[in-house]
Amino acid sequence: MNQWKNFTKGLLKENAVFVLFLGLCPTLGVTSSAINGLGMGLATTFVLAMSNLVVSIVKNQIPDKVRIPAFIVIIASFVTIVELTMQAFVPDLFDALGLFIPLIVVNCVVLGRAEAFASKNNTISSLIDGFGMGLGFSLALTILGAVREILGSGSIFGFKFMEGDGMLVFVLAPGAFIALGYLIVLSNKLNKKLSS
Amino acid sequence: MEYIIIIISAIFVNNILLAQFLGVCPFIGVSSKVETSIGMTGAVTFVMVIATLVTYLLYTYLLIPFEITYLRTIAFILVIASLVQLVEIMLKKVSPSLYQALGIFLPLITTNCAVLGVAVLAVQKDFNLMESVVFAIANAIGFGLALITFAGLREHLDLMNVPKALKGVPIAFLVAGLLALAFMGFAGIV
Repeated sequence: MNQWKNFTKGLLKENAVFVLFLGLCPTLGVTSSAINGLGMGLATTFVLAMSNLVVSIVKNQIPDKVRIPAFIVIIASFVTIVELTMQAFVPDLFDALGLFIPLIVVNCVVLGRAEAFASKNNTISSLIDGFGMGLGFSLALTILGAVREILGSGSIFGFKFMEGDGMLVFVLAPGAFIALGYLIVLSNKLNKKLSS
Repeated sequence: MEYIIIIISAIFVNNILLAQFLGVCPFIGVSSKVETSIGMTGAVTFVMVIATLVTYLLYTYLLIPFEITYLRTIAFILVIASLVQLVEIMLKKVSPSLYQALGIFLPLITTNCAVLGVAVLAVQKDFNLMESVVFAIANAIGFGLALITFAGLREHLDLMNVPKALKGVPIAFLVAGLLALAFMGFAGIV
């Protein structure tokens, strides 16, 4: 029961993007389509879960003063693994995400969970927390990507359902900010309803 | 001439915050007061320029000759983390009030995507040393311009009668969207 709570809190109640406002750069940067958002979300989920796992294993060996640099090195190693794997197996997605893959290192969500959760909890809880947070992040990115893709180019996951181009502004930079702003309003409403 | 193109495109056309979405966390977090955002801009500028310089040298003279470019991400982030530590120690001595005002956001420069992003971009674009430094300075100016403009807007926003549902962060995103729309007007000038 407790582990289930660990898992689900990242999905809605403590959603990294909609509630905690962490990891906003990739959120806004890659979500011009739903599939890019999903790919970025899954890559981040892998890094998040694995770095949480390793941090929780080695937490007692690391002196308190150098803990942040140590965490960053662990995270950077997993990011490099993701980077090389994606380059080899999904080159199209790799090109679309571009700069934002190495930038998973500086995604506040990953370091935030390592510091706030994995350095204080046991291995199983940390792994589950990482997965939950990561899936919540993926969910947020996919929703934002889908909204922008539907409004901006009249398609979803690449399937066109509308003639013409749609409102181009939603694929461009300003649309990212505006769409996210309104999605936060919706998620606030939803969370309020759930808690009352 | 090349330098002018780099500068104008980094500040206006490809503004690091509003067009490339790097460094959005401090953009939303610090930008409620003009004063703090000026301090933040100063700290980011310093770290960004020095980090780009150091990482460029590291990449060209260490990682490429030894063919270990796959260590790029790890090496770069370590350089940035140590630089931030340095700035923190310096600032604590030189200007304690600014140090207080920046608070948690100073260590967070390490995880500011803008700093790592500019360092990686400079290497990816095959800039030489001088171009990299100019690129970093221009991006820092672009970051400051967007951050301080936005802080000014948000100070006014506090006095406005905003619909209840949009209060706080959502309205900030909408304003940022409009600001990004304004910056799109610069597209095509270079």
